Amino acid sequence: MFKTAEIIKVGIADMNIVKAPDLIRTTGLGSCVGVVLYDQARELAGMAHVMLPDSALSRSEPLNRAKFANTAIKELYESLIKKGAKHQGLKAKLAGGAQMFQFSGSSDMMRIGPRNVEAVIHELKELRIPVVGQDVGGNSGRTIEFDPKTGLMQIRTVNKGNSEI
Amino acid sequence: MTFLKSISDVHLDILKEVGNIGAGHAATALSTLLNKKIDMKVPSVRVVSFDEMMDLAGGAENVVASVFLRIEGDAPGSMFFILPLQQAEKFISQLIKDQSFSFSEQPENELAMSALQELGNILSGSYLSSLSDFTSLALYPSVPALSIDMAGAVVSFGLLELSQVSDYAIVIDTALDDEGAQQQDSVRGHFFLLPDPDSFYTIFSALGVKIDV
Repeated sequence: MFKTAEIIKVGIADMNIVKAPDLIRTTGLGSCVGVVLYDQARELAGMAHVMLPDSALSRSEPLNRAKFANTAIKELYESLIKKGAKHQGLKAKLAGGAQMFQFSGSSDMMRIGPRNVEAVIHELKELRIPVVGQDVGGNSGRTIEFDPKTGLMQIRTVNKGNSEI
Repeated sequence: MTFLKSISDVHLDILKEVGNIGAGHAATALSTLLNKKIDMKVPSVRVVSFDEMMDLAGGAENVVASVFLRIEGDAPGSMFFILPLQQAEKFISQLIKDQSFSFSEQPENELAMSALQELGNILSGSYLSSLSDFTSLALYPSVPALSIDMAGAVVSFGLLELSQVSDYAIVIDTALDDEGAQQQDSVRGHFFLLPDPDSFYTIFSALGVKIDV
């Protein structure tokens, strides 16, 4: 029997793991960053929709590990390894981190997009996972969809068309 | 969701009244500006997850015209005035007296964008000043910023402060309708007021309501 491909949705401050032929998707990334870790040989991928750079910013308990760049990537990495992914085969792609609004008197929160991107890249470097594609910054919202079979990420924006990394 | 534990139904009712007063003034301003009747729905105050918040704005991927501003002063927070594209086009063409205006126009119509930003400015200004009178708190709106993009991308920005303490937001939501809009238009204009976590205590104590911290 054939299994029809499903699209697994990842909400805001959420993460999930997917195996081919299923796809994984998150919508409406603004300053948030959508990061995908994948092992193409095993057709496994995990996606997180990261909202904030560092869990040190959190003042709540319990911690939602998918919300912060540092905790989300560790969690994704661990669950992928548990599912059978191999460290050597892991690669990363990311999109998002836009600056949706331009403000003059800007607090730290205003440049959260670039900070999220920096934090994600830093964390990937710590885990020695190569970043093989990214579409970050700018001032457009993005919707991303990842196919663990091909290792390709489709990016849709409202004002700047579609692209693929 | 620790900070939500101390919030009861009474508090939510008060926030509803806050939304009622603020949006009431804003709707009057809009009505005067466009010289037409504007219907305002009874505000709803909801505790929603971030994903539900996107659904209130019509879904994370839905493209909306939004005016965003930060509230500064005694009770900081974020405020959105969100319009479905169609409704925004209608309002703009009325303001700039150009019936043919459309967002797909290239190059971008600067006058139209500025009109929309000013519309957001006036409305949020009247929302905030009535709120400020009601609570006797000093509230200052930042210069509004305009964005035509996916609701998820836009609204998540206003959730950043809250997201540090909670996975839920308390949103004071008021829907607006202009007269003659089809009933089936389920997506309407919205005012979202998202006080920062600490501001709830400030607002409640300004109104003389006890809250356990």
